[in-house]
Amino acid sequence: MLRDKVKSFIYLFLFLILIWLALVSSLGYQELLTGILITLILALFLNEYYLKLGLPPLSLRRFAFFIIYLAVLFKEIIKANFDVAYRIIHPRMPIKPGIVVIKTGLKSDIAKMILANSITLTPGTFTLDILGDRLLIHWINVRSEDMDESTKIIGGKFEKYLRVIFG
Amino acid sequence: MHITGIIITGIGTLFLFLGSLGIFRLPDVYNRLQAGTKCTTLGAFFTVIGVGIIEPSWFWKTLIIAFFILLTNPISNHALGRASLKSGVPLCDRSVVDKSKDFDQYKSKAE
Repeated sequence: MLRDKVKSFIYLFLFLILIWLALVSSLGYQELLTGILITLILALFLNEYYLKLGLPPLSLRRFAFFIIYLAVLFKEIIKANFDVAYRIIHPRMPIKPGIVVIKTGLKSDIAKMILANSITLTPGTFTLDILGDRLLIHWINVRSEDMDESTKIIGGKFEKYLRVIFG
Repeated sequence: MHITGIIITGIGTLFLFLGSLGIFRLPDVYNRLQAGTKCTTLGAFFTVIGVGIIEPSWFWKTLIIAFFILLTNPISNHALGRASLKSGVPLCDRSVVDKSKDFDQYKSKAE
């Protein structure tokens, strides 16, 4: 238990100091000293909340998959943005909006939150509600009304990475 | 460097324009949310990053701003969409499927 606490404290500290360094964008010893002092105090106070998030322990494999996941997400965002832009400027607006239900195999709350946010970030689909392992999705161009098939189209590409990261 | 930044900012502005065009053209609240918050995600992202490239000393700050846009945009979008659904805003006539009515059946299984 204490080991977890120390570990999460170190992660939080590193994360905060990275943000601080990006904000001041200099490596002068004054900035570094102030930054270390402030992030130490912040990390001490926020450690409890950070633990409550239930983030999985860090490992190289998880980190690598997270980077791949970000790349996939960014590719999907750009692809889908062009898709929605095309639908908007097309004179007849080829949209087929609808609300569908999809299923997720993810267990932890934070994994489900990241999946829902990824779905929302990809244009064309956004999450309206979550109950248990079902997600309510608004889809601008419904390609399938069947739950399993739409799960594959909407969530499939993110879920396999998230399953490794949070599994 | 300067030219690259201007081009990226230009792409971002184009997406912001398309997003606002979508708000006028699309038929109902949910579709407008699609255009209003999605094209602006990439639009704002590119615009901010482009400014960071034009002014290299701001780059890391703009990266943080872009990161927070990516974090907060879907949440506001989700909140607006869910609130519209709960207060009974209807879908447009062109909608092909609406499964929100039977969504409550999963509640008992979830608890």
